[in-house]
Amino acid sequence: MAKELLKGNVAFAEAAIRAGCEAYFGYPITPQTEALEHMAARMPELGRVFLQAESEVAAINMVYGAASAGVRVMSSSSSPGVSLMMEGISYIAGSEVPVVLVDIMRGGPGLGNIAPSQGDYNQIVKGGGHGDYRPIVLAPATVQELIDLTTESFDLAEKYRTIVIVLADGSLGQMMEPAELPPMRPVRKVSERPEWALTGAHGRAPNIISSIYIDPNEEEVFNLKLMEKQKQIEANEQRWKTLEIEDAQLLLVAFGTAGRIAQSAVKQAREAGMKVGLFRPISLYPFPYAQIHEAAGRVKRMLVVEMNGGQMVEDVRLGVEGQVPVGFYGRMGGVVPLPDEVYDQIEQAYEHREA
Amino acid sequence: MNTGKRKPEVETTMAEANLVESLIYAKPQSLTEVGTHYCPGCTHGIAHRLIAEVIDEMGIREQVIGVAPVGCSVFAYNYFNMDFAEAAHGRAPAMATGIKRVSPDNLVFTYQGDGDLASIGAAEILHAAGRGENITVVFINNAIYGMTGGQMAPTTLPGQRTSSSPLGRDVEVHGFPLKMCEILSQLEGAAYIVRRSLHDVTNIRKSKKALRQAFEVQRQGLGFAMVELLSSCPTNWGINPEDSLTWIEEHMIPAFPLGDYKIHPAIEA
Repeated sequence: MAKELLKGNVAFAEAAIRAGCEAYFGYPITPQTEALEHMAARMPELGRVFLQAESEVAAINMVYGAASAGVRVMSSSSSPGVSLMMEGISYIAGSEVPVVLVDIMRGGPGLGNIAPSQGDYNQIVKGGGHGDYRPIVLAPATVQELIDLTTESFDLAEKYRTIVIVLADGSLGQMMEPAELPPMRPVRKVSERPEWALTGAHGRAPNIISSIYIDPNEEEVFNLKLMEKQKQIEANEQRWKTLEIEDAQLLLVAFGTAGRIAQSAVKQAREAGMKVGLFRPISLYPFPYAQIHEAAGRVKRMLVVEMNGGQMVEDVRLGVEGQVPVGFYGRMGGVVPLPDEVYDQIEQAYEHREA
Repeated sequence: MNTGKRKPEVETTMAEANLVESLIYAKPQSLTEVGTHYCPGCTHGIAHRLIAEVIDEMGIREQVIGVAPVGCSVFAYNYFNMDFAEAAHGRAPAMATGIKRVSPDNLVFTYQGDGDLASIGAAEILHAAGRGENITVVFINNAIYGMTGGQMAPTTLPGQRTSSSPLGRDVEVHGFPLKMCEILSQLEGAAYIVRRSLHDVTNIRKSKKALRQAFEVQRQGLGFAMVELLSSCPTNWGINPEDSLTWIEEHMIPAFPLGDYKIHPAIEA
């Protein structure tokens, strides 16, 4: 397939369709609404399910129901809407049904605004809902990556029977870029639904989808099972990209849109003769702590750039384990930093790299 | 949980000797062998049994997917011998919507109490009915929160004492009970909305007929169906089981009149 000029929100919705997504439940919210609109047009023409729910609370519980029935299902939303979904996300985690969710973050807290932000890193990456669980969280920096990660999310969700959240921001949802969509995968037949799914107890014992373990000892056994699954995810699913890190003395760490901006600033710095590199985590959970640790051992200083008040920087510091100083530069409230601003931060940090 | 052991519906012995002994009371196949945790005198057990009998009689057990609520019947999935989901508090209609939309050949029902359906899940039930969601809802109204120990429900009667309205429900402070059949029957998507009671044999029989109709509505794809069942909670009402049934008759029925609030013409015929 050839590259097309695609808007982020439309691109991930179409990618999900091609990954075999059979049902979409959502609620309009800027800046992700084009995804819902794309689903509204496309799903019925393919004979699949689209439903605009009465709220994000209902949408995620519809997703929960459809996932319990064993189909590939997703929703998408933006920050305030995802906050409303947290109850359902926790239940989904507690009953181990596979679900894909795309969060196109916007400025907050509260109603905030509709501009791009990364202010929900802690909420999404650390769990967000109640109880001990971690969703797989993937952070794209380009429309192509948004397509690829959304596609892959459906496989990961089923492989680990977990929720996978694609965490992007309003700029990625709204921007248009040339990108290539994957080929259309066939939708699973009813007879091919997983053996644990609710399909009617026809010739077998009943299946139960539940997140309740009333005996604390049984709940702990389940918690341990989730922890074991997390270990596997941490061992198998870490993703990151690096740029110019071989001889770098200053290493930038940034994800998603901030990573993209940092990349421009790093190139600018290289042109100015500064030995600067970029580490861009793609999987925010599992976070590539070991790679950050290893990279920190080869540089003199690090600088984390985020579109928030400093959230991922805590994970970076956990990875660095004090080997080198870790600085932070962030813009908040929906303000997107310019490459020149980041460049200025690089210059300052580079100057003090021996300090 | 599911032992697969079934008692024969009718057992006949010594027929030739003209001494016929019939087993007329057997556990429905749609119930498991698990004993319920419900309090003595609680009508949940009756409601469970009626649903199970209807499902048996319709021969749909292997097609049915139930959605359990949060409340006393949170463990309903342990007692029904069929596929079941356990929803978040109030979200059963949304979860049932998700299931039904991707599995239209299955028959999906929710089992919800008054706190679950009429309070925290008011939006979900209203919109499921408004959409004409092709699901069956069994609504247990006992005018109190049972599982959390007897707090005021959206259906608690004016003046009724609960642990969170210790002086009786003061309508100046807490407002009035929600009458869900009256509300939902206004919606075009609602195909079958009736209120029945479990306080005596006659009404139990009527309740069963209504449950049958509510599943028939779904089987025929006519839209949203709900059967509200006035139920007892002796433990939290602080009344003995027998007087609880009288309390339903004397106090609940005047506030929540029994009857057919909406019947789809295809069912009426």
